[in-house]
Amino acid sequence: MRYETPETTRDAAALLAAEKGEAYILAGGTDLLVRMKAGLLEPDLLVDIKQVPAMNGIQQTAAGFRIGAAVPAVELGEHRALGRTWPGVVEAAKLIGSDQVQGRCTIAGNLCNASPAADTVPALMAAGAKAVVVGPERRRTVPVEKLPRGPGTMALAKSEVVEAILLPQRPAKSGDAYLRFIPRTEMDIAVVGAAVNLTLERGVVKTARIALGAVAPTAVLVPRAARAIIGTRLDDAALEKMAAACSAACNPIDDKRGTIAYRVKVAGVLARRAACIAYERAGGKR
Amino acid sequence: MPESVVVDVNVNGVAYQREIEPRLLLVEFLREEIGLTGTHIGCDTSYCGACTVTLNGRLVKSCTCLAVQADGGEVCTVEGLEQNGELHPLQEAFSEHHGLQCGYCTPGMLMASKSLLEENPSPSREEIRKGIAGNLCRCTGYVNIIKAIDAAAVKMQGV
Repeated sequence: MRYETPETTRDAAALLAAEKGEAYILAGGTDLLVRMKAGLLEPDLLVDIKQVPAMNGIQQTAAGFRIGAAVPAVELGEHRALGRTWPGVVEAAKLIGSDQVQGRCTIAGNLCNASPAADTVPALMAAGAKAVVVGPERRRTVPVEKLPRGPGTMALAKSEVVEAILLPQRPAKSGDAYLRFIPRTEMDIAVVGAAVNLTLERGVVKTARIALGAVAPTAVLVPRAARAIIGTRLDDAALEKMAAACSAACNPIDDKRGTIAYRVKVAGVLARRAACIAYERAGGKR
Repeated sequence: MPESVVVDVNVNGVAYQREIEPRLLLVEFLREEIGLTGTHIGCDTSYCGACTVTLNGRLVKSCTCLAVQADGGEVCTVEGLEQNGELHPLQEAFSEHHGLQCGYCTPGMLMASKSLLEENPSPSREEIRKGIAGNLCRCTGYVNIIKAIDAAAVKMQGV
């Protein structure tokens, strides 16, 4: 196995493009190394992106926030402006694994690992986040919800690398929240995750995005659920309708963590709670 | 022949240079290349936390980090807790409050709790539980581990 530490994103993409065997990007390694040790992967090339300056650091720009693909989750929690603006995204990042895992793992890696149960992916989808994708020839900016295709598969070419995640700037009276359900409080995989992001105008929900995790082959945006609360003050009837839309959007598996019926039910319950938290964070009073 | 790379890693204040295979894990580097066997391999799947060390001041599970990723970095292991023959207050408290049974998880527990107390010098019992959530004790000795961390926090605050 070869190990490379390119210093630009384009060089990282070129290494992937030139490799004839199996090549993987190494960000935090908290998924990749576990799979290598389990014998599920046998890479010929690992491309460690931690030395790429464009992939390090969190920048606040006029457009919002740019989070480098090599930034560990713990740094999201330490960035005060990010935490104030996108508390739901940050709380999702702070739910990955444990402190030890958060010191290494990245949200770009969480996205590219393409697990249906990834914690930050629903929160990023709800936030309207975009990924900066760089190939040897061109770069493109893609909405996060367009990238996961199914468990372990991404809509990325072999030579494409995610360089950064972009979070938009947002108007006042906005809030987001992410909740997940797991059997224990740490170091487990979501049975269901629910993210809600909304903006209010005089206490009425003006825009909303709702996404679910672990209830379908990929994390999913649920526009019907968002429509159910837009134009409301998040009254019980609106919440009821939203929860039903969430449950209807589920297409989960049965496994040791939860049955299909259980996940479908919990998706509605969690989305409802997350919506109430987001509403309160946006300054709304129910 | 697998390719090899030269890494320079500072462990507990001592500089080490070794030529290694790129897929060597940090925990294997610590145990087999430089002979510091205080860091244990428990689950080997990043679940149990027995292999917890710090890399550049941040907690990591050294079974889920390549040694090459620590190149140029500073690692602190359980062997680095004792200073000039004096046990760290956490080590004393674990001994005093029976914070270990078989001892297998202890190095990881000590490193995780040291990092916790650096961030939060007087944690609540709840915060202690959260702080060691990435570490499993197969003997289920959590009650005394939490007591020990609590006692160490009080002692360290008093100094």
